[in-house]
Amino acid sequence: MTARNTMNPSELTADESRIDSEEAGLGLSPTMAALKRARSHYGLKIGFGILLVMAVFALFAPWLAPHDPYLQNLPMRMLPPVWVEGGSWEYLLGTDHLGRDYLSRIIYGARISMTIGIGAATIGMIIGVTLGLIAGYFGGWLDQAVNFLVTCQLAVPSLLLIMALVFVIGQSITVVIFVIGATHWVFYLVVTRSATLRLRELDFVAAAQAMGCSKFQIAVKEVLPNLVNQIMVIFTLEVAVAILNEATLSFLGLGIPSPIPSWGLMIAEGKQAMFFQPWLVILPGISLFILVIAINLLGDGVRDVTVTNRRN
Amino acid sequence: MLNYILRRGLMALLVALTVSFGTFALFHFATDPAQTIAGEDAPQEMVDDIREQYGFDRPVSVQYGDWLGSALQGDFGQSYFWKQPVVELIKEHAKVTIVLALSALGVTILIALPLGISAALKPNSWVDRFALSTAVSAQAIPNFWLGLMLIILFSVTFPIFPVSGDATWKHYVLPALVLGASSVPAVMRLTRTGLLDVLSSDYIRTARAKGFVGYRLILQQAMRNALLPIVSVLAVQLGHKLGGSVVTESVFSMNGLGRLAVESIFNSDIPTVQSLILIFVLTFVLLTLAADLINAWLDPRIRMG
Repeated sequence: MTARNTMNPSELTADESRIDSEEAGLGLSPTMAALKRARSHYGLKIGFGILLVMAVFALFAPWLAPHDPYLQNLPMRMLPPVWVEGGSWEYLLGTDHLGRDYLSRIIYGARISMTIGIGAATIGMIIGVTLGLIAGYFGGWLDQAVNFLVTCQLAVPSLLLIMALVFVIGQSITVVIFVIGATHWVFYLVVTRSATLRLRELDFVAAAQAMGCSKFQIAVKEVLPNLVNQIMVIFTLEVAVAILNEATLSFLGLGIPSPIPSWGLMIAEGKQAMFFQPWLVILPGISLFILVIAINLLGDGVRDVTVTNRRN
Repeated sequence: MLNYILRRGLMALLVALTVSFGTFALFHFATDPAQTIAGEDAPQEMVDDIREQYGFDRPVSVQYGDWLGSALQGDFGQSYFWKQPVVELIKEHAKVTIVLALSALGVTILIALPLGISAALKPNSWVDRFALSTAVSAQAIPNFWLGLMLIILFSVTFPIFPVSGDATWKHYVLPALVLGASSVPAVMRLTRTGLLDVLSSDYIRTARAKGFVGYRLILQQAMRNALLPIVSVLAVQLGHKLGGSVVTESVFSMNGLGRLAVESIFNSDIPTVQSLILIFVLTFVLLTLAADLINAWLDPRIRMG
């Protein structure tokens, strides 16, 4: 608990009793206890706060962006941001090589990044958790087959595979989401599999078996709910990985097609003028950095407050 | 031990074969190699001729067998785009990637090990916090963007290193930093947790009681055991670097295998992409195999189990 400067005695006792009951696990459901812990976790609060702001901008981009991100205005091209000499309040972060408002493009870019991050992490989750449940719960040759699949997936240079797939299938947001998702499921699988192996030996699974539940019912209704916390943590971290992957792909010219405002693509376009107008490269990069670090802080925080046996 | 080596070797071989067959099939179903060779707007008869001449009308498995047979004899076929044997292309580009990957590995070790060790020695101190926040930020920085920032800083603002190319050792400094930085978080965290685990074990308490302190305790007693997982992760990271310097080589315009792979993808040069993926997978599999064997040699529990 953090020390407070002004604290009256009644608050103090209330605080202490809370710690006691929390540590003894009395009177609080696991969710409530996790929420209490979350309230004093700085990384989680900072990450969540930043993400909330960025999500609002992404969701309400059409109302919050000052200009149309696709509108070209060649006489106004390559304007610097407002704090650099020659900048204007009309275009807060300047304009790009086609005279498009950079702030609006960055706001719309948050949309692209978040859509792709969440989409790809969801697809990876569906693949990884399904395979993990199968491998962990059924075991035997299925487990070995899945294990072999993981070894193969890990041996492939993933970025090259993603690039080749996107090139072969065609560049679009949907393709990028599916390809990144289809190549990022190993982490889910490993965790789901080992947790399932542990859970299936427990009494409540035996009880479900005695009640005549099918293997499928047990896997989905008994085992899966117990994995939610761990899967949530991996999901957050995989969102960050997917966002970085998309940016890299778009930077190399095999991701989101122009003129959609993807941060990676904006960096690639700004690279041409990097030596004269460095902010064209710096600004989208900083946006990426802030978004990814916020997601990672949130993910680490969620792990700290929910997966209690993994603390320290 | 021999049994263990054989089992792991067989597995490695199987993985390499599966992956290379997978990519082979992918490209053959998704693109039309005859069309690629003939060109975009070649007449249909010409495309058909080429298809028959090169044997593209045979089943994929037969074609793969053929390709693998000659690949094993050192013949990776002819590049469609560069119009020269793939082997020569690879030989030309391999040096840059190997030098880059090894120096990047050096950078990783030089940053990650000292940070991880000092963090583990004083958990929850400012050193530990510093190491942890370095890892968290390094994980969030897009690799290609870090490269561009370093170029702006050290090639333009302070012109110390060249902007791009691979001619002298100076050209390798910034790329090695960028590529090396990408593995720092993983290796640092592993060093920290591994060493913390070992330091709390009984034999270290005994060693302390016998009078081992400071660096003798860390280097002579603890690091040996903490090294086991680090060896594995370093092998994996080196494998990623040999096959994954795609981004770094593109940012710094270095003529390595990664950039060759990107350009072959852009030009649908199937023989080159296939051979490169086979080589990357083989390298990765052999490196992890080597790490497993080193670990088995260091730790009897693994080779017996």
